Parts: sequence; structure tokens; C-alpha cells
Amino acid sequence: MSTVIFLVDHNGGKVAKATGELATFAKTIGESVAVVFAANPAEIVTQLSNFPVDKVITVSGDLEKNGPAALAEGLAQIIAAKKPAAFLITSTASGKEIAGRVAVKTGSGIITDAIGVDKDLITTQSVFGGSTTVHAAVTTGVPIITLRANSIEAAAATSTPTTEEFAVTISDSAKLATITSATPVVKGGRPDLTEAAIVVSGGRGTNGDFKPVEALADALGAAVGASRAATDAGWYPHSHQVGQTGKTVSPQLYVAAGISGAIQHRAGMQTSKTIVAINKDPEAPILELADFAVVGDLFNVLPQATAQIIARKG
Amino acid sequence: MNMKIAICIKQVPDSWAEKKMAAGVLDRANVDAVLNDLDEYAVEEGLRIVEANSPTKEAGEGSGHSITLISMGPERATEAIRKALSMGADDAILISDPSLAGSDALATSLVLAEVIKKGNYDLVLCGTESTDARMSVVPAMIAERLSWGQLTFAGKVKVDLAASSVEIERVTEFGNQVMSAKFPAVLSVIEKINEPRYPSFKGIMAAKKKTITTMSLADTGLAASNVGASAAWSAVKDSLPRPARGAGVKFTDDGHGGEKLVEFLVEKRLA
Repeated sequence: MSTVIFLVDHNGGKVAKATGELATFAKTIGESVAVVFAANPAEIVTQLSNFPVDKVITVSGDLEKNGPAALAEGLAQIIAAKKPAAFLITSTASGKEIAGRVAVKTGSGIITDAIGVDKDLITTQSVFGGSTTVHAAVTTGVPIITLRANSIEAAAATSTPTTEEFAVTISDSAKLATITSATPVVKGGRPDLTEAAIVVSGGRGTNGDFKPVEALADALGAAVGASRAATDAGWYPHSHQVGQTGKTVSPQLYVAAGISGAIQHRAGMQTSKTIVAINKDPEAPILELADFAVVGDLFNVLPQATAQIIARKG
Repeated sequence: MNMKIAICIKQVPDSWAEKKMAAGVLDRANVDAVLNDLDEYAVEEGLRIVEANSPTKEAGEGSGHSITLISMGPERATEAIRKALSMGADDAILISDPSLAGSDALATSLVLAEVIKKGNYDLVLCGTESTDARMSVVPAMIAERLSWGQLTFAGKVKVDLAASSVEIERVTEFGNQVMSAKFPAVLSVIEKINEPRYPSFKGIMAAKKKTITTMSLADTGLAASNVGASAAWSAVKDSLPRPARGAGVKFTDDGHGGEKLVEFLVEKRLA
């Protein structure tokens, strides 16, 4: 049976939700093999039993302090030894960089930002702001594929993977850059923008007041996003920007409040499963994209919706 | 010391334009082409590094440092290059060859790394991605190929000339990290790092006289079998315009817009 290796993404001792999605894709192709790089792999490995994982390869040590270069070198050695049918990694900034370096090291083709991969290793990508769907395949080497978070619902599983400790040798040239200090993102009570099942975003129409947007987000258990106009104006942190030059999200539900829907913004949210828009301007392009659109003032519509949702929850 | 800085730039289809596929690749012929937005931040940061480390506080002659733009693309990419030159870069290299058409990120990084190797640069700056391919892997691939330190997704850059080292604040989904490396290093900068300057009239006039050296593939020392569509290690099977979304419901708020919205969400089991 063919083996598919994927990298476990973890932060602060917690496995990322998207890793479960990688395991699910891997299992549909063949034997699902997770790779864990961690100072203390044991605490990560136990969390993997909730995903369809057949085997875990652990590498202990602090490779992360040298950034993508060292992780890529370790992964290239594992791929050379295990000869998998494919290597999967989540499409984060670091994930794509690691994938790029692994592709160079292993002499393999790379496909980034896939939203699906089938058992024949044909990938699906949504490009040009979601206006075009592309099917592609790697033709040389071990297919290196980065997958966007939220592309698939992670399969629930109770697995008892076998584990193998793997020793890697990191060369001096992979240690040229060093991380000297790190500041984790200060987590609010809200989910991560790129991983959230629901995103509520505000734009120019908020006039800088994101309170109604945040209130609806909290009622729905959603992440908060913002258009470029809103982040450029300094109304909301840049890290929340959705769009071509910001984050790409693909949640179950995307609520756009006071966002006109320029192509720059649509590029970051067009693949959302359901889109709801609230805008005062009946001509706003976002209204044409929405499954449900309210032409009206977000300062009336959002608080009413928020109150209604809270009331329903009792 | 005098720093030699290279900045990788790309001409891309205008990101406001509608893009389509033609024969398995992006149709570039029928859209306006511009300097990749995100590369302007790299050009600006290069100029700021020079200005912060030059006695005259100005880029260009007299600073002792130099900024060379490196771009791979068709002849008409000179338009994008002129824009970056008018911002203040000193000169440029354009690698242009019919055999390069359809190159994937692996081939692109191979060509750029080959040209960078010949220039004895201390720093290479890039944008985080091009707004057309949006892979954001080329800077990391260049660092890998050159075996130089990789300092990417920088929200801040601090060069220590005396120590020949550079420190960045790397901005990622999971937080910020301070990373450092000795020269030579490959950097990519995020759009939050600065506000790119508009070219001045003087800059635009000066740019017309600056040298753009054109290199063919043969000049890089690489063989045609390494690059172009035929050497790409991945292939598009098919591409389809996404089916239009079904016409949604449009409701004009009559004082019950919020309630209607929640009804819709409940019906869809989203609330």
C-alpha cells in the first residue's frame, strides 16, 4: 500500500485542527504517516489518536529554532528513507516555505494551496479569486502538496498508531538563520481566522466601529475578519485582513458587513461555502456573490441578528 | 563596508484585472501588466536599508551601496523594472528568453539563484509572493539553492553593517519571531513593513538613463532543459471556470433584516 507522509503542525503543545484534515486526506490515499518535530514529541503524539493515523515518526530536538531550513532538511531525509507516494503539509506561511525547500532538496514537483487531493494524487485548486478551478498533478519526484485549512472535514477516528523515532542530521547551512525570541499571538476568545468554521468581517461601512461585528462573531462562535480598507485605516489589526494581500479563508459561513466586495477582497473569501452580506449600497458587488444579502445599515441589522441568536440559544 | 543588495521583482497581470487560463497557464497576453504590488515593499525596504546606512542618507551614487533589480520575464517586463528604478534602485538585470515561458517556481528559483550567485550580493530582498501565482515559495527556494540564511515574512528589518548581520521580525499566523543571520541572506518582506514611495519626477527622469542588462538563458549558464513549461515538475490537467453561484436572496431591510438573516442561518443550520 502506498504511504503518505504529512507534517504535524503544532503550536504551544497543541496540534492544529488542520493536521486532522491532512491525516484524513492521507488515509484516503493509503497508509497515513504523521511526522512530529518537537522538543517533547510524546505530548503531541497522544493527540494524534483522534485522527486517522497509522504511524507516527518522531524527531526530537529543537529544529524549529533554525526556521524552515532545518525542518525542510529533516523532512527531506525522512522522505528519502521512507519513499512515500506523497508528502502533505498545511498551507501556512511556514508550511509553504518548508514545502518549497523540500521540493528543491528531493527534486520533486510542488503544488501549493490545494483544496483537495484524490487517491490518484490529482489536486484541486481554486485560483484567480475562486473564479477558476484547476486540477493538476506532480509529474516528477515525490508529489509535495500544501493543503489549505478547512478543505475537508477531518474524519473522526480512534487510532493507535505505531511510533518510530527517526534521527536526522542537520547541516550547518540549514542553521544559518536563528530564531532568538518568539512572541506568540495573543489569543482572544475567538477562533483562528484561517481555521474558523464561521468568519464575520467588517469593512469601510463600519466607519471604524467593529463592536457590532465582534458581537455577532461572538454570538456565532466566529473569527473576526476585516477588509483591506478597514485594516489600512487602522480600524482593525492587519493580521485579520481577508483578501488577496491578506488571508484566504474558506469557512462554512462568511458574513461580510459593510464590505463592498472588490476583487481584492473576493479573492480571499470567494470559496466560502455560504456567504451572507450586509450593505447599505444596493449596487455593492458583494451582494451579487451572497447567498443571502440584506440591503441595509449594518448598525441596525447586526445587533438585531446578534440579539436573535443569543435569544435562540436561551 | 559597501553593501550590494539585489531585489527580485516580477511583472504580473494587474491584480484588479480579470484573469483567465489559456492552454493550461495564466493568459498573460491579454491583461495589463504591472510591477507586482508586493515587490514594491521590497524595493522600498532596500532603499531604506541603504539610506539608514549611508553617510549622505540617500540611496544612489555617493551612498557606497548598490541596489540591483533582478527580474525574469518577457521583454515588456522592462516597464515594471523602470518603475522600480524610478523609486531609486541603481540598475537592473532582466533574464529574458523564449525558453523560460511556463517555468514553474522550481525553475524560476533556479534561474534567479544562478544570476544572484554571479553578483556577490550581501542581501537579496523579495516580496512575499507574486499576486498572480501566489505560491510564496520562491524566496525560500532561492535561500535553499544558495545555501544562504532565510529571513522571510519580515515585518521589520535591522541591518548591522559592522557585524555583517541582519535581524528581522518574522510575522506568521502563530506570532512573531525575531530571527537573525549573517550576510549573505535572503529576505522577504510583508506589506505591513513600510509605505512604498511614489517615484519623484527626478527619479522618473533618472530611471530612463539607468542600465537594464538583458541576459539570455545561455548567459546564466543553465540549459533549456532545466526551465520552461516542458521542464515543469507539475502539470495542469484541466481548468474550469467556477460555476456561477446560484442567485441568492436579496432582502431590503424593513426593520426585520437581522431577524430574516437569522432565519436564513437557522434554515442552513449555521446558527
